[in-house]
Amino acid sequence: MITRIFTLLIIVAVIGAILYGRRLIKTEKNDAVFGNPERAKGGTHWVIVGSCFLMFSWLYYSWDIAKSLYPDSANELCQVAKVNESLLSLKYLFPIEERQHKSTAIIKRENINIKKYIVEIQNSPDLENQDKEIFISLLNKTQLMIPTLTEEKYLETDIKHVINGLTNRIKQLTVSFPKDSYPPALSEEEENKRIEALKKQKGWGATGMEVPPLPETKTGLKFHKAAEELNSISDEFFEIRNHNTEYLRHSQEIFAEIKEYKNGLDDDQELEKTYIKEIKKLVRRIDYASIFPPNALDEMEESIRDFDVVQKEEQGAIRIKDVLLFPGGTIVNSGPTCAEDGPGRWLPKPSDTFRIFGELLRPSVGFKMIPMIWYEMMDVSKIVGFFLPDWIADILPGKYPVHNSAGKVEPNFKSKVLDIVTGEFKAFKIPVPTGHIWDSFLRVFLGLSLGIIFGIPLGIFMGLNRFAKGFFDPLVELYRPVPPLAWAPLIITVFGIDNVGKVFLLFMVSFSIMIISARAGASGTQLSKIHAAHSLGASRWQILRHVIFPNSLPEILTGIRVAVGMCWGTLVAAEFLAGTTGIGFVENVARKYMQYEVIWITIFVMGMLGLLFDITLRKIINKTIPWHGKG
Amino acid sequence: MSDLVSKNLNMIFESPKGETVHALKDISFSLKKGELLTVLGPSGCGKTTLLNIAAGFLRPTSGSITLTGKEIDGPGVERGMVFQQGALFEWLTVNENVNFGLRMKNEDPITTAKKVGEWLDIVGLKGFGDTPTYQLSGGMQQRVALARCLINDPDLILMDEPLGALDALTREKMQSLVLKIWKETGKTIILITHSVEEALLLGEKLYVMAPRPGRIHKEYKLPFALMGLDGDLREIKDKKDFVSKREEILTMIWDMEEEIMGKEI
Repeated sequence: MITRIFTLLIIVAVIGAILYGRRLIKTEKNDAVFGNPERAKGGTHWVIVGSCFLMFSWLYYSWDIAKSLYPDSANELCQVAKVNESLLSLKYLFPIEERQHKSTAIIKRENINIKKYIVEIQNSPDLENQDKEIFISLLNKTQLMIPTLTEEKYLETDIKHVINGLTNRIKQLTVSFPKDSYPPALSEEEENKRIEALKKQKGWGATGMEVPPLPETKTGLKFHKAAEELNSISDEFFEIRNHNTEYLRHSQEIFAEIKEYKNGLDDDQELEKTYIKEIKKLVRRIDYASIFPPNALDEMEESIRDFDVVQKEEQGAIRIKDVLLFPGGTIVNSGPTCAEDGPGRWLPKPSDTFRIFGELLRPSVGFKMIPMIWYEMMDVSKIVGFFLPDWIADILPGKYPVHNSAGKVEPNFKSKVLDIVTGEFKAFKIPVPTGHIWDSFLRVFLGLSLGIIFGIPLGIFMGLNRFAKGFFDPLVELYRPVPPLAWAPLIITVFGIDNVGKVFLLFMVSFSIMIISARAGASGTQLSKIHAAHSLGASRWQILRHVIFPNSLPEILTGIRVAVGMCWGTLVAAEFLAGTTGIGFVENVARKYMQYEVIWITIFVMGMLGLLFDITLRKIINKTIPWHGKG
Repeated sequence: MSDLVSKNLNMIFESPKGETVHALKDISFSLKKGELLTVLGPSGCGKTTLLNIAAGFLRPTSGSITLTGKEIDGPGVERGMVFQQGALFEWLTVNENVNFGLRMKNEDPITTAKKVGEWLDIVGLKGFGDTPTYQLSGGMQQRVALARCLINDPDLILMDEPLGALDALTREKMQSLVLKIWKETGKTIILITHSVEEALLLGEKLYVMAPRPGRIHKEYKLPFALMGLDGDLREIKDKKDFVSKREEILTMIWDMEEEIMGKEI
């Protein structure tokens, strides 16, 4: 319902915006010159059209419009797919969708094989003449056996009856299928069972199931039943073989000869064994194939063609829906598996996506028992214990308490301090953020901050001092060109799959970028500014602090912007590799379980966070270095 | 008593290829307190090198240079410098630029602010105190540079083509300003320029330098600066005396340039 309203709104918005745009073009004066950049300004209405176009494409190509307009269509198409699949195995025997009869194709192929073997055996230098004779006679006999299958007169009456029976069943189906009375009513017990099973069936697009396979509508039931009938017909047909007495005489003789020859072979006669095996395989293939005389199945072929025409007519509106509302693929292609073959599979429907996104955001659900972003109450003692190093207690004078003879430990000042620095005390609780998104954010933030804190001073130092540049250059230049992800397996092994490894990896990424940008900023300071500061009486430290540092700020901030992008990309990939939380982890798990909705949600969240970082930094840059590019 | 004294100043640069360039050769001169010296010469004659040595940014290869008897061996507050492009700190406002020197010395902020106000008044930038310097025009930036240098009360002011990058109109105004400041403060000033007119107008003393090796080619004592203190600069430019001096120096420099070009071709 929401999807329908939304689709309508989109169409209205697009039409409205286009009309507004046309009116604007009419009222605007024509430019005397082409290419006036002013003409590219404004145009919010075109932004609306663009966004709506994107949204509409999403709705249409994810088959969400089909789902909202005709919720039953997928289920019905699935039943049609079943009929198609069942028909296909029968059609396959005849030149309906193939070029020739199945029998013709087999005979043609095996005749070629027989000829090929004969030539090969005759030309073989390793076979003895008497073996060659036996092989060739066997192959000739096999060739002579084929006419016993294709001769009309050998076809036995029993088999004729079975074929006729099956043909009649198809004809019967063709007649009754279009009628309203088809399928015949089930017994009450069976009907109840069917309804019970239907109730358990989940809807289209529900988790774990793409299209519900059991028929839900009357039309669906019709196709479902027809498919069952066709399946039973083809099963029965493929059981029958044209093994008449004349054929059996030939084949048994050939098999007996093969067996006799094989028994006479020594173990080391590998070549002979191979050939006799190949010949036996060839005979078996003909034995298994359903080869019938040329015209024996003509009536059956006709009946199948008739039924195909009728069932296609009966599809009616379903076919039109399939063509119009299922772009880029169809459910029919998937056969009886009832899957979405096309963008409907990998492009999640907006309705499902938003529902699942809403569910993921609920802190009690989250993903893998961890919320996406939420808060948890944390005791202040834990935070204090995390930040205060334990050695504070160790360096205090005195000794830690020893237990007394009463078996008790009396705390003293030193042990009390230890309790505080290790966080083993009770205090009030404060809310701290938690969840996948927060974890990813925190890792980027920490890695980046460390990189900035260590990278900028070292970079400036390297920009000003020959020793520092020479000493640290090899180190930085050796590790920087390596793609950060190439370090990931090593770093994760050394520092663990949890936060430390990832933060260190991100530190490595941002550190080198910050060094390079700070160095470029520092070494790019105009000499005249330093001279000016010198003659104004500034000390070395003051020049560093008040001239060189602010002068390198543009480069440093650009470096931070680059580093944020790199860190974000590296983090997601690192979370793919290992870990138990984080937005990249969520995507990787979703990939394993083919939860396309979750994959797209994570992609979206990452995009939004990346955009947020960049916008924030752009704002900071505009605020802190307004002079940049204006000097 | 002489104020700035230079004796047999030599400056030899060595290029990475091993060639030596004699930038300055045996420069000896002395400047009394309150004198205004302009230095003129074709490009490459060592004007800027001389100024950098006086400022203490460069150390001479040989010879000595002293200010009130003290050897110059590094940059210092007593020698203020004004650069061609201003070399302002564009991340600071006009006020912050002007009080930079005092802030670095941790002077009292209230007296500093008062001084800044006074100096902005003198250079004609009243009310521009909170403007970011990157928003100022070239002439205004040069005024800030002057104020920034003068607020430190230096004994010697070194100006490296301070008006070179300005348009003709602004330039004329700034020339009057330089004279006004010279008169009001009585500072010793060395001004380097490549404009003959400017050198004649502003210089109480004028050195024409010659290149390869850089040396003082000719010395002039000029009356125009004193005239310009009260009179109209444009009238002075039309005086017969001025015109003939200008032609003389122009020919001199032209000959030097031709000599170099001839050598090079």
